[in-house]
Amino acid sequence: MTTDKTELAVAALRNGTVIDHIPSPVLFKVVRMLGIEKMDNHVTIGNNLDSAKLGTKGIIKVADVEFPESLLNRIAIIAPGAKINVIRDYEVVEKRPVRLPDTIIGLVQCPNPKCITNNEPMRTRFIVTDRSPVKLRCDYCGHTVESTNAKIL
Amino acid sequence: MNSNSLVSIDDITKDEILRLLQQARYFEEHPNQKILDGRVVATLFFEPSTRTRLSFETAVNRLGGRIIGFSDANTSSSSKGETLKDTIIMVSNYVDLIIMRHYLEGAARYATEVTDTPILNAGDGANQHPSQTMLDLYSIYKTQGRLDNLTITMVGDLKYGRTVHSLLMALRHFNPTFRFVACDELRMPREYIRFCDEQGIPYTEHRDFSDLVINSTDILYMTRVQRERFTDIMEYERVKDLYTLRNSMLDNSRPNLRVLHPLPRINEINQDVDDNPKAYYFQQAKNGLFMRQALICRALGIEVPTNNDTEKA
Repeated sequence: MTTDKTELAVAALRNGTVIDHIPSPVLFKVVRMLGIEKMDNHVTIGNNLDSAKLGTKGIIKVADVEFPESLLNRIAIIAPGAKINVIRDYEVVEKRPVRLPDTIIGLVQCPNPKCITNNEPMRTRFIVTDRSPVKLRCDYCGHTVESTNAKIL
Repeated sequence: MNSNSLVSIDDITKDEILRLLQQARYFEEHPNQKILDGRVVATLFFEPSTRTRLSFETAVNRLGGRIIGFSDANTSSSSKGETLKDTIIMVSNYVDLIIMRHYLEGAARYATEVTDTPILNAGDGANQHPSQTMLDLYSIYKTQGRLDNLTITMVGDLKYGRTVHSLLMALRHFNPTFRFVACDELRMPREYIRFCDEQGIPYTEHRDFSDLVINSTDILYMTRVQRERFTDIMEYERVKDLYTLRNSMLDNSRPNLRVLHPLPRINEINQDVDDNPKAYYFQQAKNGLFMRQALICRALGIEVPTNNDTEKA
């Protein structure tokens, strides 16, 4: 059964991080946000797996890496229901949901071409105005963007 | 970051609005003062806006301050590719206050983050123009004797017109009733309608600029319908004259009604309205001078006596 195999695959990680319950359409955005493409570690990516909650889901397993919490929380913008599992010696030593911060700095591009952030060498800053679905407001020009449409820098 | 900076009308509390109205009134009665003696103010206009620049520069001059700056980005180093950050930091070395206008949205907010010199936003793209809103409020206050419980009708381009959006936000403190008159293409954006709903502000939306609307209004706030806002030029040709105010339309309006317009007007107010005592747009522009004197003092942390104080003394 697929489910068993998925669980088996998770358990097979000796040390590292598992990011579970990622909505399938944003899986590869999450991969990019975490910089996984540039890593040399063992990485397993599953997508379109059955999920009772989401219909289908994606999962990312990275061996021998524990990501800083602030980095993991950034994926809450596009995957607010994602769960983090920290694995040490085949055991899940920590399991927690990602937490969406109130302010998102330097991650999302403002959709407004006339925004100062698209014209100066500077970091963007967005205020989270709604959490479900996630909506962001540019703290400079005031434009709003739904996180699913947000361009990740 | 200087806490006296003014980027958005939301930076000003209701109490501060009321205080600034009194201070503007004081400057209207005593426009020439030496309170900026020895101070230097920069007016950095990265996009030309003669009207706003002259108003601010007159305000500084009448307060005895001195001015440096530029009126067009082509004459500044930004034409050589200098970043806004570098320009602001460089100018901060010389002056006590920076008044800036920029074509990019959010430029003023960013400027406050790179310097401790106070920044006064004189317009950043389609985003914010708080001194315009404050002079609108002062004009309403002067003509109506109050800001509370007024019916304000906004006409024309309610979609892109930043002055109407800021005015709407600022009036939320004062229990207004709004009437929004616009064609479908230029309706008040949903976020502002939602804002009114959330704040419990009564409003009605109209496609017709009718007597019914005009005659139940205290402030008629006209804006320009610009051709470039339309994707369909036929639609522009169809609606452009529907939102033009003519003198005869004011025949049965309330005696206290006043017509406001941020200027420049093109044809949305017919010339025959100009001689009507209810036309207030030229005085409105003049009020800008006194309000800007008050805002400059706020930015510099200078105490301004109000008439109440003088009466007490």
